[in-house]
Amino acid sequence: MTVDFAIFAIVFVVALGSSMAMLFAKNAVHVALFLVAAQVALALAFLLQGAFFIAAIQIIVYAGAIMVLFLFVIMLLGVDRRDALVEPLAGQRALAVGLGLLLAAEIVYVAARGVDLVAATGGDRALGAINEDPGNVVALARLLFSRYLLPFEVTGVTLVVAIVGVMVLAKRIGRMGTSVAERTEPREEVPV
Amino acid sequence: MTSVAPGYFLALAGLMFTVGAVGVLVRRNAIVIFMFVELMLNAVNLMFVTFARMHGNIDGQVVVFFVLVVAAAEVVIGLAIIVAIFRRRADANVDTANLLKW
Repeated sequence: MTVDFAIFAIVFVVALGSSMAMLFAKNAVHVALFLVAAQVALALAFLLQGAFFIAAIQIIVYAGAIMVLFLFVIMLLGVDRRDALVEPLAGQRALAVGLGLLLAAEIVYVAARGVDLVAATGGDRALGAINEDPGNVVALARLLFSRYLLPFEVTGVTLVVAIVGVMVLAKRIGRMGTSVAERTEPREEVPV
Repeated sequence: MTSVAPGYFLALAGLMFTVGAVGVLVRRNAIVIFMFVELMLNAVNLMFVTFARMHGNIDGQVVVFFVLVVAAAEVVIGLAIIVAIFRRRADANVDTANLLKW
């Protein structure tokens, strides 16, 4: 119990601490690196709760592929850009932080009410049995290719649509070096 | 499996979601806003995994799988849009993209 709780405490501190650090990091690269730290901590939280396959996918797809894509685009657009500090709407930031604190207070209250309630369910034993007998990956695959077969197919279509969309958006067409998005309207002057 | 009650994981997920929502509202750089959206998606994934554990089945983990795929597609399209905007105005600040503003 105490060892389990100590591990959870580490996960909690790393995950929440690096997400808070994302808020205050000025450099976009630092934000991305803090996000990677939070995602690795979350992978550990998945692991703790018996979601072995999801934990591995979290590291490979999220912390690996998606964050590399983010860092690539940050490098492409220039690393040294600072976030603008002007507020277009007066008091918008203060209001956002206030509402965020309110939401956090609500969540902590609800979770504190629910801790005893949800601890009583026998879900741990049932999930442990599933992870033991067919195994986590086998059980996931059986579910994915039987009950969730149609959503799985839709997932494939979604990825194809995304690939085609990115090619249309990003490809430079013609000798002028303009993309489709640029050719539809006259090019605007870059604001200084 | 851990003996820590699921409620603690739900609290962690909720707090991370809150940080993500505040970040989307506060930050101005389009890429940084995108990363906070990813943080919110991750927090919700933790909730799904926790609910799967509470119910003693792995349907929640299948949902996390779908969320991952949708997030990957969304990131790819979103970053392409940001790059397209950047090509036009050499700026990733969301406030400068106000052409459709009334």
